[in-house]
Amino acid sequence: MTGHEQFAEDLALYALGSLEGEAVNSVERHLEECAACRQELARLEGDMALLALTTSGPAPPQRARQRLLKALGHEPRSLRTVFMRRRWWTLAPVFASLVLAVFAILLWRENARQRDRMEALRADAARNQATFEEAKHLLALLTDPSAMHVTLVAAQSKPQPAGKAIYMPGNGALVFMASNLAPLAPAKTYELWLVPMHGDKPMPAATFKPDPQGNAMVMMPPMTAGVEARTFAVTIEPEGGSATPTMPMVLVGS
Amino acid sequence: MIARIRCGDQDAMAELYDRYSPLVYAVALRVLAETGAAEDVLQEVFMQLWRHPANFDVRRGGLGPWLAVIARHRAIDALRKRRPQTDLEDVVIAIEADLEGAAERTRAVEKVRASLHAMPDNQRKALEMAFFEGMTHTEIAAQTGEPLGTVKTRIRAALMALRRALAV
Repeated sequence: MTGHEQFAEDLALYALGSLEGEAVNSVERHLEECAACRQELARLEGDMALLALTTSGPAPPQRARQRLLKALGHEPRSLRTVFMRRRWWTLAPVFASLVLAVFAILLWRENARQRDRMEALRADAARNQATFEEAKHLLALLTDPSAMHVTLVAAQSKPQPAGKAIYMPGNGALVFMASNLAPLAPAKTYELWLVPMHGDKPMPAATFKPDPQGNAMVMMPPMTAGVEARTFAVTIEPEGGSATPTMPMVLVGS
Repeated sequence: MIARIRCGDQDAMAELYDRYSPLVYAVALRVLAETGAAEDVLQEVFMQLWRHPANFDVRRGGLGPWLAVIARHRAIDALRKRRPQTDLEDVVIAIEADLEGAAERTRAVEKVRASLHAMPDNQRKALEMAFFEGMTHTEIAAQTGEPLGTVKTRIRAALMALRRALAV
């Protein structure tokens, strides 16, 4: 049997590796479905083996044998043999290595997660630090005695005492700035009052004294959180402050 | 012996080398015509057998013919400076002649040599160019100045002549 005649010549070239181009694909597709041609290919390999067997020549040099035997000594035995001949406990190091490898992978993943978390925290810290620096500079500007405080009023009018309160009822945060305040008599102090929205009794917020230029600032005095303010007022009180304001009011604002 | 090699028996491998290395080396040297390159192929073929003895299946032909064909494939790959083109698992050899015994093998080789001498020069030359020089049929046609179809026919006819030589 020589297989299908239309493939006979191409099959011979295919066996020799001398076929090229699309003809190779065509032969391979045919071989997949044709047992007769697969058998013929085996016979052609046999013909080629016969041709190979006709070669003769000098024996290989002794160094080639030594090279091979040396290489055999460096090569591990085939895996199949290893598994067939070894007892299971001799494979314990292999299993241990596998477990360690899995453990290492898990550790690596956890490490990567922690690293990501650390990066996020570091970014948060950097943002907070920037905000803090900004607040510090603002605070330094507001509290530095050498900073210029200029109150602008309508042109050609005499500067009047003035104050500005910034207040957040939710947390009781309060900042108060005043300017052009008259100097105090000895043993006297200015006192800032908060008049609540509900109930008329004014609540003392802080006592303060202006600098020689008449400027004063009150920052974050202890306040009760959650009190809605209707009015802020400033009075002059005896040193140490009073429980109730003494009239008249120096400044008032709603 | 293959069973011993599968068990990692280096002595069996040495015995097998002593028996078949002249054949493998002769094929490689014929193709490559250079001793260093032929030694490399010799080494590669036997290391392949050592690493993957399961690739040789006794049902697929004798070990000698199989090694000869593998040596030829690897030598052509080396000649063409290319990666191995043939998977060893795919090499299946069918030979009807009995080549197991040394005497039978010698007789078969004599018959094949006689057949080679008897065939027309251009037929033998085309076969040798394809087999020992690894040339494609296009290259052979270009070198001999003959049509592609003629080259194809000659190569197949030459292989058939070798097969017939053993049948008588």
